[in-house]
Amino acid sequence: MSTLLTRVRQKQIGQLIDAGKRLDGRGLTDYREFTIEEGLIERAEGSARVRLGKTEVLVGVKVGTGEPFPDTPNDGVLTVNAELVPLASPSFEPGPPDENSVELARIVDRGIRESKAVCSEKLVIVPGKKVFVIFVDVYVLNHDGNLIDASALAAVAALVNTKMPNYEIEDGEVKIKTGYSPLPLKSHPITVTVAKINDKLVVDPWIEEEQVMDARMSMAINDDGNICAIQKGCPGFFTPQQILEAAKIAQEKAAELRKKLDW
Amino acid sequence: MSEKPEKLIDKKGIRLDGRKTDELRPLKLEVGVLGNADGSAYIEHGKNKIIVGVFGPREMHPKHLSQNDRMVLRCRYHMAPFSVQERKSPAPSRREVELSKVIREALEPSVFVDLYPRAGIDVFVEVLQADGGTRCAAITAASLAIADAGIPLRDLVVGCAAGKIDDTVVLDLYDAEDKLGAADVPVAIMPNLNAVTLLQMDGILTPAEFETAVSMAVEGCKKIYAIQKEALRTKYMTVKEEAEE
Repeated sequence: MSTLLTRVRQKQIGQLIDAGKRLDGRGLTDYREFTIEEGLIERAEGSARVRLGKTEVLVGVKVGTGEPFPDTPNDGVLTVNAELVPLASPSFEPGPPDENSVELARIVDRGIRESKAVCSEKLVIVPGKKVFVIFVDVYVLNHDGNLIDASALAAVAALVNTKMPNYEIEDGEVKIKTGYSPLPLKSHPITVTVAKINDKLVVDPWIEEEQVMDARMSMAINDDGNICAIQKGCPGFFTPQQILEAAKIAQEKAAELRKKLDW
Repeated sequence: MSEKPEKLIDKKGIRLDGRKTDELRPLKLEVGVLGNADGSAYIEHGKNKIIVGVFGPREMHPKHLSQNDRMVLRCRYHMAPFSVQERKSPAPSRREVELSKVIREALEPSVFVDLYPRAGIDVFVEVLQADGGTRCAAITAASLAIADAGIPLRDLVVGCAAGKIDDTVVLDLYDAEDKLGAADVPVAIMPNLNAVTLLQMDGILTPAEFETAVSMAVEGCKKIYAIQKEALRTKYMTVKEEAEE
């Protein structure tokens, strides 16, 4: 995005960051304030809304049944989809998912999948035949930067909030009983994005910073502080030293965020 | 799929395909393999077989996507239906959409895009056979194809992955190691600029293992870079000889 306005902004943001400051008053490694509300959508088995600064993401979890994948007959199925809803930003347009929403969905998916957050072996109803399918739908409602972290956080919060229907099997048919039990989770990954602007690293870029950043790196950090997924994005680069530095920042920030959560 | 072997790496540190932990698969690179493309390259990296064609700089289609201060780089990563065990539908999957994006973003820092305002360049990657690590091999070949098209570059981009199998960090995973292993870390670099332009990871690594994996992948990239440079030189030596005859 190289309009005249963003170039002027780029200079301003760059100069501020050189001085260790940011346009919105944060320090380079300060995360924006965030809130999580769970269970807003009664029709969904699980839901959560995350507000990260002015960024707002709603995630709904629907639980269905279906066939397992042939190569994993003893595992339930998890699918993540992301919608960049047109009301969230003037730059979002209606239509089939573009590469940005596909990438967003796949980053959120990878964080959950690779950390083995969902106990997929407990989602089997009839091995090889019938399993629970967990649909995680990320709905971006307001885009003010760092959709990746907000979406990943909302997705895990929605999974924590998810209630699985109780069931019994009668003559090979699944009968839903009354009552619910929580979705079994093994871990709670937290994704932290670090942006590179003017050769400096900043945490949780907001939209004006995203428009001028050279590159970003998003890391999903597990409960025990290990890294379980990474995605570098944007047409810029990091030096190997900056990557290790960014990884360290992400681990510290993930630990800091985790303290504020009751997971 | 065959049964999972008990161990992916033996006590002596030898892997299922006979390689050592820090050993690359055999590599073959060729530049200028297509008649109609402005630039092209072919790579065989282990059993991966990938062909890349580049068109441009040329007028952008559709025109409204052009940028008045720079060239637009587009990239399509696509797998042939016969490239994998189970036939893949030729329609672009979500994985291919994502890989097209990360490959483009890995290549773009190397291209002087501001030299060709309003123009476009298309990079078409076709995976003819996949054996793990296709995105890295695709980047290595695509960078050569862009160079072959005569587009000024800051540096070549070269890709290589590292990963973890059993409890060991190893270089350049092939298909079985990728599927059964614990983690995969694809990396692409511009070797002369000390710049990492692609970094992804899936699986679980401790911070120390991650550091080892990144440096191992970077070393792997540098080894491939030597072969990559040689491939480019070979093509233009042939051109020179033909011209002199």
